[in-house]
Amino acid sequence: MGKLIAHNSNAGVIFCVYSLFFSVFLSAPLSLAKPFFSLSDQCPPSFSLNSDNQCQLRNLYQFYDSLQDRGLGGLKTALPEHRDGFSPQQIDLGRLLFFDPVLSGDKNLSCANCHNPALGFSDGMGRSVGAGGKVSQRSAPTLWNSAFLRVFFWDARANSLEEQAVGPLFSDHEMANTPQQLIANLSQVDAYPQLFSQAFPGSGDPLIIDNIATALSAFQSSLISLNSPYDRYAHGDANALSSAELEGLNVFRSFVARCSQCHTPPLFTNQQVAVIGTPEPTGLARDIGAAQTFNAERLRGGFKVPTLRNIARTAPYMHSGKFTTLRDAAEFYTKGRGHAVPEGETLLLHWHISDPKLTDTELDRLVDFMGALTDERFIPKIPDQVPSGLLNSKVNISLVTELGEN
Amino acid sequence: MNSKSKMVLAIIIFAGGWIIGSNNNVAPVITSSVGGASYGGGFQSDISVGAVPHRTTLGTVHIVNPGDSIQTAVATAQPGDTIQVMPGTYSETVYIDKDDIHLVGVIKQGNRATMDGLGKLNDAILYSGNNIIIENFRITRYKGNGIMGQAGNNFEIRNNVIVDTGIYGIFPQLGTNGLVEHNVVSGIEDAAIYIGMSDNIHVAYNEVFDSVAGIEIENSRHAIVEHNNAHHNTGGILAFVTPGLPIKTTEDVIIRNNFVLNNNTPNFGAPGSIVSGIPAGTGILVMAADDVIIEGNIISNNKTAGIIINDHSFATTITMDVESDPNSDRTMILDNVMLNNGYDTITEVTALALTELHTGLVDIVHVGPSNGSCIINRHRYRTLGIGNYGECDFTNTDSTDTYLLAGGAKPRTIDPEARGEIAYLGVCTGCHSYTGRLIGPSVKVIQAMYAGNPQGLADYINAPIKRRDNFPEMPAQNYLDAETQFAVAKYMLQVEN
Repeated sequence: MGKLIAHNSNAGVIFCVYSLFFSVFLSAPLSLAKPFFSLSDQCPPSFSLNSDNQCQLRNLYQFYDSLQDRGLGGLKTALPEHRDGFSPQQIDLGRLLFFDPVLSGDKNLSCANCHNPALGFSDGMGRSVGAGGKVSQRSAPTLWNSAFLRVFFWDARANSLEEQAVGPLFSDHEMANTPQQLIANLSQVDAYPQLFSQAFPGSGDPLIIDNIATALSAFQSSLISLNSPYDRYAHGDANALSSAELEGLNVFRSFVARCSQCHTPPLFTNQQVAVIGTPEPTGLARDIGAAQTFNAERLRGGFKVPTLRNIARTAPYMHSGKFTTLRDAAEFYTKGRGHAVPEGETLLLHWHISDPKLTDTELDRLVDFMGALTDERFIPKIPDQVPSGLLNSKVNISLVTELGEN
Repeated sequence: MNSKSKMVLAIIIFAGGWIIGSNNNVAPVITSSVGGASYGGGFQSDISVGAVPHRTTLGTVHIVNPGDSIQTAVATAQPGDTIQVMPGTYSETVYIDKDDIHLVGVIKQGNRATMDGLGKLNDAILYSGNNIIIENFRITRYKGNGIMGQAGNNFEIRNNVIVDTGIYGIFPQLGTNGLVEHNVVSGIEDAAIYIGMSDNIHVAYNEVFDSVAGIEIENSRHAIVEHNNAHHNTGGILAFVTPGLPIKTTEDVIIRNNFVLNNNTPNFGAPGSIVSGIPAGTGILVMAADDVIIEGNIISNNKTAGIIINDHSFATTITMDVESDPNSDRTMILDNVMLNNGYDTITEVTALALTELHTGLVDIVHVGPSNGSCIINRHRYRTLGIGNYGECDFTNTDSTDTYLLAGGAKPRTIDPEARGEIAYLGVCTGCHSYTGRLIGPSVKVIQAMYAGNPQGLADYINAPIKRRDNFPEMPAQNYLDAETQFAVAKYMLQVEN
């Protein structure tokens, strides 16, 4: 299979062909096999299991402090407070749910459709496609390091992983399910009732929306990316970055480019809302973003500053995918304050949107540096099968294949 | 009558006089600021000996001569070392990503080590390490900042001359415990000295002029700004909260014994910058900062006002932030010498003056709500909007020398065993699973090889050699200190799954 793809310039076509083939070929035997599912009692790598059966995150940034414990600063600075303490079983159940299309209304989409581990937990699209082929307003953000976030969604409308998790499940433009339908569908899958009992022992009816949200949050909080070349440099390995990457770091944190003022290490986001005035795709109305969340006109066109970790893996860029490459995205910032704001549009642009006049070389070095923020070492194992048996729908085959291609 | 009840009576008389109208000739409350109660402060410090802990052993001194690269010396230097830069011109960006480096310019008969950005380079000096000293440089023609710190704790930036350099002259950010003193900074498009999102800061004996802002204390706590000369800027000394930043407060700032003179330079800040909204002629500005004390300054010839206290609603060009308290609470104004301020003020101040039947000069103007603010000897000044200010129950800040921390901000201490677990789980498990091959060999295989020999494993971690043809070479983990290397080796040899 890999060989075939390597010789073909249009891999997407091949995925479709194979997925059709596999869904016909494999779906019948799977439903007969009734595989046995049980949940792991081990934490994912980077987590320590304590005596209360909780997975506790460990990373080198725990050697450091940060001002006001906000997890912002320079190289040897602690990360922001994080979510952990989920059980290994909850994390593993979350993993199965994450990849299971039974979560969507039409049983065609799993979380992984838009948060594909092979694509930096995004989907390679400017705007994601949900149930029934509906194109949503915004792009799918990466899930790497979401354990450290305080606000979720581009417009900062959710304040916890749990609150975020139920958003897409019940959105018409995304997975288009309803709470009743979701519980009913999961209850009909042989394995789920007992898996929920394993993950949430001691509760009368564990198959409830809150527990689905907990399990998905548990899995998401296990997606840790903190071992990039940049991180090695930050911890003190002076040779971890190439000279081009190092030059890029100095442009990144300089007060000419000012990237690090909002994409602040070590998470590479300060988690604030910023109005930067990127253009919408042609023909699309201005997305008012956080102005809606906070009912504040001053935040019109404002979006949460995204993390830049694994950014090289999640093209295209900005909230609606206007820029195809990292180079284009970086160049936006040096084309003049408000250059892409259409006439008649009033935006209160962020004060760091200035006119830095970066050179072409500096832009290239910035791209080099952002590439040094890539680390996918703790990528989770994609389940060979999911409890519903629906794994081998077209998306998941392509997902597995693409991973194999890396 | 004891002094306390005298005071209470006086306040009532004064307050009555204020309500009836400022033209009433009521005997003012005259408060002596010599002796008397002193400000307790929001922070208790127990020393006053600089910000960088003193070295007990002296490291190597690296000499940099004209023609050499300062950065090369930084790359060679070990924590504890000093780099001396001889007089001459150096055009480079120097970045210090290690701890305990003293970067010292050598001045010979007035000639300094000069860093010249030639109008092309971004920043002159960046540091991220702790315990950094930067002194005696002349810095000019950089596009970004002169000296910029990102999260380094315990820093001293001293005796530098920074001329015509970009956005900020001196800008420590996200650091704890820093001293900025005896610098001469001019011709800066934003702030000559900008303390951003930092704690426990001392800014003293600096001369700042011909810039948009002289000294800014922004989203920072426990700062003292004293004995500076801020003149001929657009605004002299500023303490404020910028909304939309991740650290939300400015608290406990003492601005005392400064000269704040002739800050009437037309605003040349970049469009959209926060300081671009400062009216020319602002002596001291407090915006949304709490617990700011203004004492002992000579504030004169600032055409808009000597002291402006306002809130975020006054500034229409800045963003909205639900987490940011917009008001300036507990502003405390002690004795200051104020002459000829507000002689050519802005329309907003004139409008406020009209409502209070005030004409002429303006020393102090407060716009917007304020809780718990106070002043002494208010009768001396021409004031607007301070009708709800009470009398301060202290008259001076003499009992507060500094907010710097004794011995410096301490690094987090973690016992070696915990360091071993953290490094093992945070780093090693990315390539080594307990059983089976991931990227490197399994932990079980390693345990068999190094049973009872943690030092051998630590040595390997420090300097790996390629042993297996079909495995990629392990990168050296020599950025971990020897103690951590040993701890992680010990930990790895005893894990059971």
